[in-house]
Amino acid sequence: MSAHGAAPDRIERFAVSPRRRRADRLARSLVLAGTIIALVPLVLVIYYLLHEGLKAWSPSFFTTDPTGNTFFKNSTIGGIRSAMLGTIEMVALASAIAVPVGVGVAVWLVEYGKAHPFAQLVRFFVDVLTGVPSIVFGLFIYIVLVIGTGSTFAGYKGSLALSLLMLPVVTRSAEVVLLLVPGALRESALALGAERWKVIFRIVLPTALSGLVTGVLLAIARAAGETAPLLFTAGATNRTSSNLGQFMNSLPVQIYNDVISPTQSVVNRAWGAALTLVVLILILNLVARLVSRRSRLA
Amino acid sequence: MTPDASPHTTAGAPAPPTTTGAQAPLMATGAPPPPERTSADTDTNEMLQPGHQPAPPADTTSAPAGASMPSVVKRGPQVRLRGLRAFYGSAEQVKGVDLEFPANQVTAIIGPSGCGKSTMVRCINRMHEEILGARAEGQVLLDDLDLYDGSVDVIAVRRAVGMIFQKPNPFPTMSVFDNVASGLRLTGVGRGELRPRVEAALRSAGLWEEVADRLSEPGIGLSGGQQQRLCIARSLAVDPEVLLMDEPCSALDPIATLKIEELIASLKRRVTIVIVTHNMQQAARVADRTAFMLSGEMIEVGPTGDIFTAPNDPRTEEYVTGKFG
Repeated sequence: MSAHGAAPDRIERFAVSPRRRRADRLARSLVLAGTIIALVPLVLVIYYLLHEGLKAWSPSFFTTDPTGNTFFKNSTIGGIRSAMLGTIEMVALASAIAVPVGVGVAVWLVEYGKAHPFAQLVRFFVDVLTGVPSIVFGLFIYIVLVIGTGSTFAGYKGSLALSLLMLPVVTRSAEVVLLLVPGALRESALALGAERWKVIFRIVLPTALSGLVTGVLLAIARAAGETAPLLFTAGATNRTSSNLGQFMNSLPVQIYNDVISPTQSVVNRAWGAALTLVVLILILNLVARLVSRRSRLA
Repeated sequence: MTPDASPHTTAGAPAPPTTTGAQAPLMATGAPPPPERTSADTDTNEMLQPGHQPAPPADTTSAPAGASMPSVVKRGPQVRLRGLRAFYGSAEQVKGVDLEFPANQVTAIIGPSGCGKSTMVRCINRMHEEILGARAEGQVLLDDLDLYDGSVDVIAVRRAVGMIFQKPNPFPTMSVFDNVASGLRLTGVGRGELRPRVEAALRSAGLWEEVADRLSEPGIGLSGGQQQRLCIARSLAVDPEVLLMDEPCSALDPIATLKIEELIASLKRRVTIVIVTHNMQQAARVADRTAFMLSGEMIEVGPTGDIFTAPNDPRTEEYVTGKFG
């Protein structure tokens, strides 16, 4: 096109071949098509969640317990207060257990265990745990703490099942993030004459904070959305309870129970509860991001 | 291997006659030597203390000489390596080095890449052993204290022997102030003392005028040269006796390099300095003595002028004249 008077053979040698042009166009459109296909379900999920969920939302939706009276079209079905508070309580307790333990294991693996055979064994088991289906954790707690003690369902048993589920997620993500902290930072802190535990608490963990928070949020999001481990550990109930020793309702279990109802208003409540769950995790995400903003990992 | 490999070094040099007791130079230059100790074992940990924290040990260990302590200008100690060998796994990187770093002088270590300069220097504050599978043998003497003695606390060693790394590495989560204060906080200095000591350290590092009004800004927001001086201030804040510098200017531009070199010249009144460098002009500019290493062995050490103009060993001559390396 713009030959600028160059020799014809040279123009030909430097020209883009039609074949390469076609291959380039094909590859670009394939990648674009893949992206769009992946986006379709994502957008649809968000759209339906908002569309159906907002129908159920009202102030009383969040302030009343489910009544359990769901068989008649005109009966008052109540809201999701017990489910919302139950999820918050149980996930909070599960996080309080899984986060310190998980981060602790990761710190040990990265700072102390390193290539030690025992550390490799721990890594292997953490990987195995990551792949265990969530219902198995519920089953384990059911056998050990529900049947094993001859007692019944309770909120803390649900929390324990969730914390088992969270533990490998927290550990694995924390290990990866801690490995990203430059060794030079540890070295310069050690060279200042700091004890290793101080280096970990004052330098390594603060530097890795935002990455640690991401991993913890992933684990919390996963735990908050789990139904299976709660079904036969925390049970299902309508009543709001702040006592983790009692039956405890939760959003996923509420959704599970509601969505199979023949009554339309109850199905709508399931959508409302699902939207609530997503919004709760979003709020938690934003708060955690703001808190951990100070840390930056290059 | 050691004796024939290093004919020009200080191999087998006797302990200097100046020290009769355990650690006279650590404590006072003009003061009489402290009274004889009864047990060498119990001394080792205390011996590190007087250097960076003169007050408490003075009245417990050397009561008679204690009165003269506060007025004495602090000086760096002499550092000696004796038969120092360093390994990574089974690979021997430093092969039996004997070397002396005179007190309050700058000693440059030169040599081609991979010759063991950095490894040797990292043995002096026992950072070498932090690497997985790495270990060291032999002695590193801080005056008369063997830093590799079983009773010596590695934490105390690193407080007495500071280190500056090749790449400036301020703590990324901390402000300028907190970076300098970090060493003090990590070593348990009280809140009230921080401000004056941070300012003093920044002044010593020649950085105070540049950062006085931006102490609360992030340390990684400074320029490369300022970051490196920030790291020097961070090391100086904990009041080390020896400063190890592992190619401190290799990531800096010539002007920032010049500032660091001026800083080195002023700091040697206070501390003993060991600097690893790839830049022979730099060695010539800043060092009182220069040591040439090759393949983990100490080839030659002497006054810097002699090493560059009249080296004894042909390999030194080839290296400093640019024939290899």
